[in-house]
Amino acid sequence: MLQITDLAKYYNGQPVFSGLDLQLPAGRFQVLLGPSGCGKTSLFNTLTGVTPADEGTITWQGQTVPHLGSLCAYMHQKDLLLPWFSLMDNALLPARTRGRDMACARVLAENLFSRLGLSGYESHQPNQVSGGMRQRCALVRTLMFDRDLILLDEPLSALDAITRQRLQHLLLLLQTEFAKTILMITHDVDEALLLADDIFVSSSLPMTLIRRIRLNQPKPRAFDDPDLLHIKADILAHLVKGEAV
Amino acid sequence: MTRSGLIALGLIICLLAGWEGAVRIWAIPVFILPPPSLILTTAVVQAPLILPHAAVTGAEIVLGIFLALITAIPLAIAMFARPVLEKALSPFLVASQAIPVFALAPLLVIWLGYGMASKVFMAWIIIFFPITVSLVQGLKSCDPEYRTLFSLMGASFLKTLTLLYWPWALPRFFAGLRVGVSVATIGAVIGEWVGAQQGLGFLMIQSNARLQTPLVFAAILWLAAMGMILWSLVGILEKKIITWNT
Repeated sequence: MLQITDLAKYYNGQPVFSGLDLQLPAGRFQVLLGPSGCGKTSLFNTLTGVTPADEGTITWQGQTVPHLGSLCAYMHQKDLLLPWFSLMDNALLPARTRGRDMACARVLAENLFSRLGLSGYESHQPNQVSGGMRQRCALVRTLMFDRDLILLDEPLSALDAITRQRLQHLLLLLQTEFAKTILMITHDVDEALLLADDIFVSSSLPMTLIRRIRLNQPKPRAFDDPDLLHIKADILAHLVKGEAV
Repeated sequence: MTRSGLIALGLIICLLAGWEGAVRIWAIPVFILPPPSLILTTAVVQAPLILPHAAVTGAEIVLGIFLALITAIPLAIAMFARPVLEKALSPFLVASQAIPVFALAPLLVIWLGYGMASKVFMAWIIIFFPITVSLVQGLKSCDPEYRTLFSLMGASFLKTLTLLYWPWALPRFFAGLRVGVSVATIGAVIGEWVGAQQGLGFLMIQSNARLQTPLVFAAILWLAAMGMILWSLVGILEKKIITWNT
């Protein structure tokens, strides 16, 4: 379980977020939903140790840690593939940087390539494939971190609608097949409703959590589910209220 | 040939034709300004005389480039890894370029002798700066989001350097190297002017003293050709190494 208690970050004395409390049970897909510019990425930067927290504690599996940098895998909205490496070499980067057994890592990556529909493209350069394939390769690389906690920073926001829908199904694999604990940030309400077990709705700057919604609907979900439509209306109302805060 | 190549060729032909015509129409003495046709003829006919000198100058330049590479690359990496080092060394780097190489050449000849060493050192001074500065800037230009990714992957500085920073900096490194090799001839020739027994600079000084102006121009032509060949070689190497499109 990941527990964040009273976390705060200030820039020039102004709070980006303060007094932030979050409890993320293991194996669940949690989504932090908020308007653009509400400080979601700042929260991720603080969680991963890119910028230090000013107040608060982070506890992972019962241990207090300064940040989650060495404990989590991370997927950015940009695919961040290195253009000088093939797709396979990009996927193998986490293994290579940590000096793991490359033969074992390659077998694992090949399985993931097959699972995510990238077989046959292992030796392609990133600029030779579509945006969706690049993002799937980034997803393989995220899994190759081999960590139980995954932070997803709007990973699908730069994709077209069809590619995004396909990748949403693949993101569910992280939870169902690989039993990962996931925290994703997004401003897309529909995406949150399709993927999340828990949705945390945040206000605009300074970011505060104004609503927590637990979704018990089985996955995969349909957009026209009346329950989801009802929840969507509730979330949108809170987002509007949060913008006004 | 590309449109820009055709324009460049046209300009060169116009310039040479104008030069040739002016020398002939106004009957300018050859020892003041020889026509291009005579310079070209001299460059070919006198090749057996020029080539050994060109080989010496070429060796000085290549050694200067090699020396610059093996010193500039580690220094640039150290300056990138330790910003305090960059701050401390930057004034010295700038000073090394602010002092005219003409002023240093006589001293270098005194210290390192009339042989090749003083000329190699002169070439090194000139090439070292653009390579170092370009490489530091290239390493620093790496996107912070990639740095974060590598940090989260637990990559050491050495792994991040070899897998991320170095390839990222390569285009700027090659830009600096191109500038370096194109001006490398200046260092070597100035060193030869001040004191040498061989080399194109030495040949130019000797020919000038005897009013053999066509030979002076022929030596300049060979020097320019060497600079262009080096520039092209760096371009070919760059294309071979940087195969990706960002």
